[in-house]
Amino acid sequence: MTKIYLTDYKTLPEKVGQVFQLNGEEIVLFRLSNGEVRAIENKSPHPKGGTLSEGLVSGEYVFCPVYDWKISLIDGKVQAPDEGKVKIYPVERDKEQVFIVK
Amino acid sequence: MGKKKLVMIGNGMAGVRTVEEILKLAPEAFQITIFGHEPHPNYNRIQLSTVLQGDTTVEDIIMNSWEWYKENNIELFTGEAIVAIDTNKKEVISDKGRVVAYDELIIATGSSSFILPVPGADKQGVTGFRDIQDCETMIKSSMLYKKAAVIGGGLLGLEAARGLLNLGMEVDVIHLMPDLMERQLDSTASKMLKDELEAQGMNFIMEKQTAEILGEDRVTGLRFTDGTEIEADLVVMAVGIRPNIQVAKESGIYVNRGIVVNDFMETSVPNIFAVGECAEHREMVYGLVAPLYEQGKVLAATLCGIETKPYEGSIVGTGLKVSGVDLFSAGEIEDDKHAKSIKVQNEFDGVYKKIVIRDNRISGIVLYGDTKDSSRLFKMLVNKEDVSGMTSVSILESGCCGGAAGSNDIASMADDEIVCGCNGVSKGTIVQAIQAKELTSVDEVGACTNAGRSCGRCKSQIADILAYTLGDKFKEAEKKTALCGCTTLSRDEVVAEMKEKGLTSVKEVMNVLGWKQEEGCTKCRPAVNYYLGMILQDQYKDDRDSRLVNEKMHANIQKDGTYSVIPRMYGGVTSAEDLKKIAEVAEKYEVPLVKLTGGQRIGLYGVKKEDLPAVWEDLGMDSGYAYGKTLRTVKTCVGAKFCRYGTQDSMGLGIELEKKFERLDTPHKVKMGVSACPRNCAEAGIKDFGVVGIDGGWEIYVAGNGGTDLRAGDLFATVKTKEEVIELIGAFMQYYRETANYLERTSKWVERVGLDHVKEFLADEKTRKALNERLDKTLLKYNEPWNEAIENKEVQEKYYQKREVPVLV
Repeated sequence: MTKIYLTDYKTLPEKVGQVFQLNGEEIVLFRLSNGEVRAIENKSPHPKGGTLSEGLVSGEYVFCPVYDWKISLIDGKVQAPDEGKVKIYPVERDKEQVFIVK
Repeated sequence: MGKKKLVMIGNGMAGVRTVEEILKLAPEAFQITIFGHEPHPNYNRIQLSTVLQGDTTVEDIIMNSWEWYKENNIELFTGEAIVAIDTNKKEVISDKGRVVAYDELIIATGSSSFILPVPGADKQGVTGFRDIQDCETMIKSSMLYKKAAVIGGGLLGLEAARGLLNLGMEVDVIHLMPDLMERQLDSTASKMLKDELEAQGMNFIMEKQTAEILGEDRVTGLRFTDGTEIEADLVVMAVGIRPNIQVAKESGIYVNRGIVVNDFMETSVPNIFAVGECAEHREMVYGLVAPLYEQGKVLAATLCGIETKPYEGSIVGTGLKVSGVDLFSAGEIEDDKHAKSIKVQNEFDGVYKKIVIRDNRISGIVLYGDTKDSSRLFKMLVNKEDVSGMTSVSILESGCCGGAAGSNDIASMADDEIVCGCNGVSKGTIVQAIQAKELTSVDEVGACTNAGRSCGRCKSQIADILAYTLGDKFKEAEKKTALCGCTTLSRDEVVAEMKEKGLTSVKEVMNVLGWKQEEGCTKCRPAVNYYLGMILQDQYKDDRDSRLVNEKMHANIQKDGTYSVIPRMYGGVTSAEDLKKIAEVAEKYEVPLVKLTGGQRIGLYGVKKEDLPAVWEDLGMDSGYAYGKTLRTVKTCVGAKFCRYGTQDSMGLGIELEKKFERLDTPHKVKMGVSACPRNCAEAGIKDFGVVGIDGGWEIYVAGNGGTDLRAGDLFATVKTKEEVIELIGAFMQYYRETANYLERTSKWVERVGLDHVKEFLADEKTRKALNERLDKTLLKYNEPWNEAIENKEVQEKYYQKREVPVLV
């Protein structure tokens, strides 16, 4: 488990996903309207795949931009009637700095 | 005493219906556990064909939501199959090793597609047509492959074939017999069906038996027993179904073709019951929903210890769920010398009817092209009514043509007449439910009575009954469909509240109007954003983050997360200079695909998100809005400038229209076409707005559609000058913007409000002027979005950047 610095909190716009590339892997940070930051893998669990960074954010959910699946940003679970799970990364904040743990 | 433990193997329509009946009779009697091997809650298997045909989505056919199981304290294990039943210990064991004890056990395992035991049947691209997964396989294949072969020309095969046609595949249907659906139709009706389906694009290969499926890993074709071959990239086996009896058999329960049950659905082992397609009753295994539901009712009563009539078998009627085909069949279909039949054939109208009468009673019905009499005749057949006193005219009320008016009038229907054949619901039951529970929608009637919840063919009749029972109240109720699950308010109510309370932002609307989900969803957010922009005109600041991906990014997302870039090319007219720029950009950014679009312009496909602003800057052209709910393109023909037939300057008018209306937010996308003569090379007849030049003037067509709802445009007006064209289209456009539901195309909107109404409304010059003023005011607010992204660093960072994070390894 390592803590990786991604960016400063102030660079994160509200409700618009920001993509970070780590060794070819893409992680999206979402700053929710309650101020919290969530991190998920930028890969839809839909069988046809696709990205999640451009999805519409509502509360603690993101809607997959391509197939409209509703995905929880808390536990990564796809909401019924669809099924699946997105990889979630724990986010830590040290004052203004945003880290993920992986 | 504790609750009895009821376990059910299978989570399909027959089983879950049985559980529903049990919950109605004795809600507290059982602790219920259900195992389903599919990863879904109970869904409407009959509707799979409509999913495949693109009329509904998988979500729409779910019958019992996950919440339903929770609310009724049912323990549900999906994606988990039962592999053994220990009838001594009274336990079931799942493939995940879970052991669950039961007091009573229901086996409702349904059936599977029968896969022909021919060499190659295990290749990739060979599927049955039985569940959501099969459907998904077919939909996926249709995106990658072209040629489908459906083996089996019965009900299921034809529905699958129609679906595959809708998915854009070429479809061969292979049938062993000389007639399609030979178990339901005689050869006359079968021939008519074949002609119709051929006209729809199916290709039939009759009297052929499949010997082998060809190909390496994936199927490439079929070989028949006579040695001939065809090519195919997808093979759908629809030759029949086979009851799933393996587990029952291995557990020592008596089986024949199905799991054998008595009139109370009891199997040979005490406390074990079977219901549905896996059960065999009096040597019959049923595959249609109505008998299965009858069985479920009897089983539920038996389990609850309530006295019930035994199940004595069913007579079934069938229809085919294929658009453009209306057929019904029940009972025996061939007559012999002991039977008398009434036959009516009207080739002109494509109608054929045959009623087989034996011993003065109807014993068989085949109706093709006009099935209005089906429920009445079917009732006579089931009730074994004596028809000796009747004339052929009174038996066949609707006669030999499209049907006499009023024969199926709701008012004249008897109360005990069955409306929903699948669930055995009569008109009387529906009317009572509507009155007692104040129901106002077809869905509510379904929730209360089950009518219309299976094959769905009777839904329009249920709507008629609602209209008949409620009168004017129905019309009011009909209008009130909630915007989405986040609110109970309808579109009209939301818009009225916005105006009345002077709401100015998406957030405010959702706060003030008490949205259930505070920040809305993908249905309401874009809709509310649109309505605000429509009401507030140039005063509204668009909420970019309430738009879905394409409009938010000003580019179309592709399935791999890249985008397409389609610059504006007014009227489809370009120049050497623009073409050079496009070519240079395509080279510089190694664009994987450069293609002419359907709207007369050039698309660059596969551009990376982070390259978008730079691509736009290098192009130096405006956005073509190929992703927007707005004016897409104005397709034009060359017109009078070059064409010897052209009577008008179609390019000139097209460009003028495109420049005027570009960027305007509309309820859905809007397409236009301008042709210079009635040869109509710009295909203006299938555009939202189509203009056709004639000698000395222009014809204006509206509400055409070349897509999902193929529809020819209606001639709206003929005018003399292009100024009149622009004025009329402006007024029409603004009226559409102000009254249509978000995501309603002009074609649907015109059909809903009525063309005559729109004509009448726009006949008044003052009205038109006011509409055009509001439109022009709205048009002031738009800026060129690509340019904005190039110039505004904040926009670039917010939407288009990908940040590299150095990782120390």
